[in-house]
This record gives sequence, C-alpha cells and structure tokens, in this order.
Amino acid sequence: MSILEVENITKSFNCTEVLKDVSFSLEKGQALSIIGSSGSGKTTLLRCLNFLEQPDKGIIRVNGETLFDAADPSTQKESLVRRKRLHFGLVFQSFNLFPQYTALENVMLARRLLASEQPDYKTRKKEIFEEIEAQAKMLLDQMGLANRMANYPHQLSGGQCQRVAIARALALQPDILCFDEPTSALDPELTGEVLRVIRELAMQNTTMIIVTHEMAFARDVADHVIFMDDGFIVEQGKPQQVFGNPREERTRQFLARFTQG
Amino acid sequence: MKQMMEQMPIVINALNIGFLQTLKLFFVTLIGAFPLGLVIAFGSMSRFKPLSLFTRLIVWIIRGTPLMIQLLIIYYFPGLVLHNPIWGGGDEGRFLASAVSFILNYACYFSEIYRGGIQGVPIGQEEAGLVLGMTRRQIFFKVTLLQMIKRIVPPMSNEIITLVKDTSLSRIIAFQEIIWAGQAFLKGSHGISGAIWPLFFTAVYYLIFNGILTVLLGRLEKKLEYFR
Repeated sequence: MSILEVENITKSFNCTEVLKDVSFSLEKGQALSIIGSSGSGKTTLLRCLNFLEQPDKGIIRVNGETLFDAADPSTQKESLVRRKRLHFGLVFQSFNLFPQYTALENVMLARRLLASEQPDYKTRKKEIFEEIEAQAKMLLDQMGLANRMANYPHQLSGGQCQRVAIARALALQPDILCFDEPTSALDPELTGEVLRVIRELAMQNTTMIIVTHEMAFARDVADHVIFMDDGFIVEQGKPQQVFGNPREERTRQFLARFTQG
Repeated sequence: MKQMMEQMPIVINALNIGFLQTLKLFFVTLIGAFPLGLVIAFGSMSRFKPLSLFTRLIVWIIRGTPLMIQLLIIYYFPGLVLHNPIWGGGDEGRFLASAVSFILNYACYFSEIYRGGIQGVPIGQEEAGLVLGMTRRQIFFKVTLLQMIKRIVPPMSNEIITLVKDTSLSRIIAFQEIIWAGQAFLKGSHGISGAIWPLFFTAVYYLIFNGILTVLLGRLEKKLEYFR
C-alpha cells in the first residue's frame, strides 16, 4: 500500500483553477520530484498536502487513513487538522525560521510545545527536554551545523538557514517531508550544500516530495518524477523516462528550455 | 531674582504635587490603553465585517477630532446634557473623566501601531508554525508577539513621549496637574501672585521625565536588537 494517495485534487482561487484533477501516489521511502514552470500549481499542491490550503475537491490519504475528503466535512475539522499536519513536514523556499530563536531553539520549539500535551509531561519534563535537545543536536550535526547551533538566523548564510529549516522539519519525524523550491532563494554557490543534504536524506530512504527547478538534481535524486503544467499532471514516471524519453510534447518543450540554457 | 529665589521652595513644592497628578494620569492611561489598544486592533482586523467597520469608524472619529474636545464632551456631556453627572464632582471626577478620555484616545492610536506591527510580521512565520503543528495561540505567543513588539517599540516610544505632554490638556477641565499648579501663581496661590515664571518652569519637569523615558525606551530597543 502506498504511504500517500492523492485523488482528484482540484483547487481554485477566485475562479482561477490552479489544480485540476491531480492524482498521484507515493511509496514509502521514495523520493518524488515535481517539476514544471512557475504557476503550474506545484506549490499549491504542497500547500494542500500541508493543510495550508483546502482543496475544493479530492481526497488525501496517508497510510490508508483518509486525512482529507472534500466530500466529507468531518475530515475538515479545524481541531483535527493540527494533528494531521504532523504527517507532513514542509521546508519553505524562504526558510521561515523564527528570527528570535537560535538554530537549536528553532529545531526544538515545536517538539517542546507538543511534549507539553503528553500525559507524563509534568513528571518527566526534564527528561523529555533532554531527549528533545539531544535529538535536535543530532539533526543539526547531521546537517553539518554542529558549530552553528547557538547562532541566530540573521547570523547564518542562506544555505545554513535552509539546513536549519530542514532539521526543524525532521525533528517532528514526519511521514512525508515536502520541499518547496528549497534552493530558489539561494546563491548558486550555496545551492550545492542544501542539495547535498537532501540527497543524503534520499539515500537514507526518507519519503520526500521535492518541488524544484534543479533538473539535474531532480533527475538523479528522485525515484519518480511528475511534470505539471497549467494545474494538470502532464506526465509522470521514472526519471530516466520523463527526462530521457518524454512522451508528451509539452514536457519536451519544457525540458528543452533547460538543456539549452 | 532675589524674589524668585525666595519663592522657589514654595513653587517647587506646589509643582511637585501637580506633577504627581500628571504622572498618575500618564501611568493610568498607559495601563488602560495598552490592552484596550490590542482589543481595538484585533477588532479592526476582524474578518467579521460589521465589527471591523464599526471599530474603524470609532478609530476614525477619535483620531479625527481634538483630544481637548473629547475631554470637554466626556466630562460635561453626562452632567449638562443628560443631567446625569456620572463623574461626580471634585478632583476625583475630573481625574476619572480625564483618564477615560485619555485611555480611549490613546488606545485608538496604539491600535493602529499594533495593527502595523502584527501585519508587518511575514505570513510565513505563521505558516511555519502551523506546519509544525503549533496552535494559533502558541504561534501568537511564541513566534509572532516578540517580533511584533520589536516592530512597535520605536513608534510606541513616540506616542508615549507625546502622552507625557498631552496630559496637560486635562487642564481644560481643571484637573489639577502641573500646568494648573504653575498657572495658579498668576492669579495668586500660597501667598504668591502675578508670577509667570512657575508656569514656564513646568517645562523642566516634562523635559527631565521625557529624558528618562527616552533612555529607558532606547534600552528596550537595544535589547531587542539581538535578532532581526
């Protein structure tokens, strides 16, 4: 069974259809790349998965559990949405780190707040906090930021900020980690360090959805590629097939622009 | 000059008493207007249209008319027009009417500063919090609030310093603050009459107090510079 099943998602903003009947699935441990020109609906799709937008139609299922069904209002309760979001992690294009917290505090904050809802929070508070801190340090270390933990976001480079943001998302151990153009706000020389980290995650079989304009990266990191245009999924398949031998004319046009440039 | 030196202790004593009243009005206004301003700010940002329109109307009226007129209306209207003198007589009544006028007036100005502060925090901060499973309440207190405070300290400092001087407007309903105390020596008070210098001298009190406030608010601004 697929870890994620998306069925017939449709979403409009003020009469403009941004997503048109989008369906796909994702297997556990696989990396999915979504490519396509700006405005094709890639970001909106990720935002729907993270409940930042509500689809007008369609179903989202994780591990067989229906998290969202546009036809079933009981799946849309605001109070339940918060827990459902935890199935997904989201790394933003613009990082969105919390500026008043250090790198380490950024990674720990959400888990600490969630821990306060545990029944044994009061009696084990110290232990729990130590656990969370140890995990956060391990993640930052894994991101190559062992000596940057006490720095505030404004003291870090863009690439370092984005790696903190990745650690922050990983701290909650989401089933599926989503990246929304994680390197688009970075200088070319900082792009590499972020892509390297994502590649390592892929090698550890982290389930991921990566929206990106880095074609070479999408090609070799992904197990599956989706090409979107004008709100539709135009083509999907193995990277060798989509990049090497695209079936659709539109895909060919899109990829041609990248190989020329 | 010699006469002025003789008058000095008496005048200082009277001005001190007046300035205490000034300070009382100042602090009561702050304590009332800080929270009320936040309520008004949330009202004007409400997605419930009638509420936001109503709040904006109130803010427009209060910011669009002189505080002096508001003082006069709030103090005299209940007694003279409605024949229901809710403020009671004497100093206590004058103070209550002044405090209510100032709190209302300043809450409206503060609300606009809060609104700017809240709307100035990038939407991505809230979205990052939501995606991390935080409640809206947690996001406000743990993420947005401090960033908002950082943004509002400079414009707030401006308003607070203006408030120190605006308290003198309550002179119009004979609240016995420092201007009233200084002016009294013109007509005659404590055996001194025809002296204009005590009125001029009140400026020193405002200047010193605002100097202290400027330093304190400047320190707060510095403290919040640890992040951007």
